[in-house]
Amino acid sequence: MPLISLTVWDLALASLLLLVNGGASLVLSLGVARPLAIAAVRMVVQLFLVALVLKQLFALQSPWLTLGAALVMGLFAGQEILARQDRRLSGGWSYGLGTGAMVTAAATVMLLGLLVAVRPDPWYDARYAIPMLGMVLGNVMSGVSLALNTLTTAVVRDRTAIEARLALGATRWEALRTVHRHALRTGMMPIVNAMSATGLVSLPGMMTGQILGGVDPHEAVKYQILIMFLLSGATGIAVLLASLGAVHRLTDHRHRLRLDRLSARTTG
Amino acid sequence: MPALLSVVGLQTPVVRAADLRLDAGECLAVEGASGSGKSRLLRAIADLDPNRGEVRLDGRLRSAMPAPRWRRLVTYVWPDAGWWTDRVGDHFSDERAAAEWLPRLGLPDGALDWPVARASTGERQRLALVRALVQHPRVLLLDEPTGALDPDATARVEAVLRDLLAAGTGIILVTHDAGQARRLAHRRMRVEGGMVREVGEVSQCP
Repeated sequence: MPLISLTVWDLALASLLLLVNGGASLVLSLGVARPLAIAAVRMVVQLFLVALVLKQLFALQSPWLTLGAALVMGLFAGQEILARQDRRLSGGWSYGLGTGAMVTAAATVMLLGLLVAVRPDPWYDARYAIPMLGMVLGNVMSGVSLALNTLTTAVVRDRTAIEARLALGATRWEALRTVHRHALRTGMMPIVNAMSATGLVSLPGMMTGQILGGVDPHEAVKYQILIMFLLSGATGIAVLLASLGAVHRLTDHRHRLRLDRLSARTTG
Repeated sequence: MPALLSVVGLQTPVVRAADLRLDAGECLAVEGASGSGKSRLLRAIADLDPNRGEVRLDGRLRSAMPAPRWRRLVTYVWPDAGWWTDRVGDHFSDERAAAEWLPRLGLPDGALDWPVARASTGERQRLALVRALVQHPRVLLLDEPTGALDPDATARVEAVLRDLLAAGTGIILVTHDAGQARRLAHRRMRVEGGMVREVGEVSQCP
């Protein structure tokens, strides 16, 4: 089955739907018309730019350029993790911890996926590496932001209970075990939910894309299953690394709780 | 013979160069206005806040021993110490030993099986003391140990503390109750603006 190419007119027709939304917003004075318009324009511009970049990356097949693009994606995702924290670790830890955990986990899982499972030729083929990395980063980012936010919130909320355990001679890991486990579970929840709902409630975007592109559903499903395993693996590793790092940073070598290393976000 | 607890030049952002010495079986009362740094002093001795200075137990340096071990030997107990699971009994390292303490402090036998939410403020305050006692600390750092208690419960806590002193435990007691300081303490110290100074012996009531 050949791919049906879309024309500019097809897109323009679909964009009329936004006018319906915008009209409703104006009539009901919801105030979303302007943000909606801006978001729509951003989306179109960003996606066309990405198409240009991807086309170049695919054509050049340079491992260094691909690696560079992957790093830029990782750094942007790290910024997103930071933006989703109500309380931040002091110094470079706030950005560094989330980003470091995410990049480490994503790199590990991507190498495994590319070298062992998918095996494109060459293995760093941007056509495989970049879209897969995008999906991995998107999921890991949600997991890590949730886990870190849960941990830092719970540590402040349960301060007296944590210090009571420390005062009785618990180690920092024992004293923070309850909040740490809570953070780990919260970080893993989205990917667990996504796996259970996949196929019943939602057809994943990648699988849909492949099917629209003419791939046999059976093949598309196998790719989707692989991706889901990579996503949960990466999320698990990243959430574990980030939360261990945060517990380490929020306590010190004398097993004290160090909330002085945490600051509430100042909204400017 | 080295002191049970000796503190030299203890400093935190609040506490300024505190020196003190506590012998076995001795009770030291710490007085001072609210916010003067009394609790901060106890927290610093327990090593719960970053601090500088030389602190020893039986001549052994605090810095030479892991912090969790230090805090089992030198235990800080304060009024709003938290609870981390639902059942009261799960907070004790030795539930059987805890059960033996309950009647002495006027707590009902079944209290260990209560949910924490069922215990009143005064009951929780005594349970928090028992939580420390079952670990046999050498020094107790008590922050207002009878603040929320009625006279009967206060008398029971004081009786227990007297027994502990007789058995050689050292106690540093922060209290606003001058009568309690007179009844229990051998010496008094005063904290003002983070400065700690000795104010003298206390004449013991018989």
